[in-house]
Amino acid sequence: MIVAKQKPLSELTAMLDGYRNVLAVGCGTCVTVCFAGGVKEVGILASALRMARRLDGEPMSVAETTVQRQCEAEYIAPLAEGLDEFDAVLSLGCGVGVQTLAERFPGKRVLPALDTAFMGLPTEQGVWEERCQGCGHCVLDITGGICPVSRCAKQLMNGPCGGSQGGMCEVDTDTPCAWQLIWERLAGQGLADRLLEIQPPRDWSTSRDGGPRRIVRDDLRLPPAEDV
Amino acid sequence: MDQISAPAPAAQAPAPVRRFKSGSNLERMLAAGHFAVTAEIGPPKSHDAEVIRRKAALLEGCVDAANITDNQTAVVRLSSIASGAILVGQGLEPVVQMTCRDRNRLAMQSDLLGAAALGIRNVLCLTGDHQSHGNHPGAKNVHDIDSIQMVRMVKEMRDEGLFQCGEEISGGGPPLLIGAAANPFADPFELRVHRLAKKAAAGADFIQTQLVFDMSRFREYMKRVVDLGLHEKVAILAGVGPLKSAGMARHMRDKVPGMVVPDGTVARMEAAVDGVAAEDKQARREAWRAEGIRICIEQIRELREIEGLRGVHIMAIEWEEAVRPIVEGAGLFPRPAPEV
Repeated sequence: MIVAKQKPLSELTAMLDGYRNVLAVGCGTCVTVCFAGGVKEVGILASALRMARRLDGEPMSVAETTVQRQCEAEYIAPLAEGLDEFDAVLSLGCGVGVQTLAERFPGKRVLPALDTAFMGLPTEQGVWEERCQGCGHCVLDITGGICPVSRCAKQLMNGPCGGSQGGMCEVDTDTPCAWQLIWERLAGQGLADRLLEIQPPRDWSTSRDGGPRRIVRDDLRLPPAEDV
Repeated sequence: MDQISAPAPAAQAPAPVRRFKSGSNLERMLAAGHFAVTAEIGPPKSHDAEVIRRKAALLEGCVDAANITDNQTAVVRLSSIASGAILVGQGLEPVVQMTCRDRNRLAMQSDLLGAAALGIRNVLCLTGDHQSHGNHPGAKNVHDIDSIQMVRMVKEMRDEGLFQCGEEISGGGPPLLIGAAANPFADPFELRVHRLAKKAAAGADFIQTQLVFDMSRFREYMKRVVDLGLHEKVAILAGVGPLKSAGMARHMRDKVPGMVVPDGTVARMEAAVDGVAAEDKQARREAWRAEGIRICIEQIRELREIEGLRGVHIMAIEWEEAVRPIVEGAGLFPRPAPEV
């Protein structure tokens, strides 16, 4: 899932300075599951913002709604009705949700309430960890199902750096060394010798270095109108 | 993707015979079978070339080549290549260090060509400490390629005259002796020898290790290295360095990632100031430093007995004055002249 967390209230009140009537829009998918932008979080944040503005002597009205998936145009289309009465939309979706709203309603100010952090999973209650950076060329087949691109602070492809000690990363002693994990996993599968293969430099053009990425599936595209 | 055990591909045509890969003093010392001595110079956090010249003067005649660190511990310092060029001008051979943290493959290759053009003949390929440990923790790191891929890239530049993209380098590749680092004390231990094997297979000519304090673990490491025959593929120089104080020994034992300092060494440093009044800071400093140099000399004498070891790399951090007494005390002074 996409994991996000709410921005600090002080940042949001500064961002919303001058606005009087705001629509807070939650999302019912990833950010609901990670307790950052679902129905409940929209309600709590809206109350906090109203209260903060009242205390500042600048009351602001905050309406609340949550769509099932903020990243798809058809789910946000119904918001068009009544949107004129708001002078800003505060999205509690991930960065994709914010941009989907902004693309669909280009005349409207759309502001982010969350900091979108990563693609990951919950490892225990209240803890989420990154597992994928969407680099566009998966290497999990050669690294025992453990991703060195997202889990090694140096994105090493040929084994651990000299800072790995006691199974932990030099950057943060609470973070396991990805290469220690890869080594243990492959050794446990009797495949440790595979780590002797030199992995060549990666082609990062499939990652963000190639610019915004796009996947086109001709088998799924609708035919051009004149062919119909 | 090639396997370590795979035989080298047959050359298409006989390459012109070049006796040396780089012709560097370090390469010739190793080729002559001498026990090599290198040391480390840390460039200043300024543009003051005099600092480099002063540090280089302290090493003249005591070492075969001097490493120049590259923004070590992720702190911005005078560039390693510029420092290396200053050393070349002074007649002290540099080993320019280059990390994967700060440069992508374009910048690396461009700087390697520049280094060779400035007369630099040795490069040490490093991953680089993470920027969170340095003075720009908000910086973006690069890590376009890793240190093993970098070793391979420099080798292909030098030996095949090709850029990493496969394009030909006009006029041939840069004559650089290729070094890499090894940390026998980081984990997982079994993987450390594997990683050395990969660096050798990728084309490293020499290896400089992390500071050795734990002699028994290093002996075990070297035994595995020799068992695999890696010492014949790559010249291994053990990293050593004088401790400055008991506090430094404790800090290295407890706080530095990938470093093992035995309790016995810490205790020896602590005992060095026995009987010295706590308020006599100068006397304590001198007692510690003298003991640090003594321990370092003893270590080098022990290291020289280890099979497969080809030299030492002395890292006297911000204490280049210590190098000469260490080299002298270890019986490695004066440096022999390499055969031409």
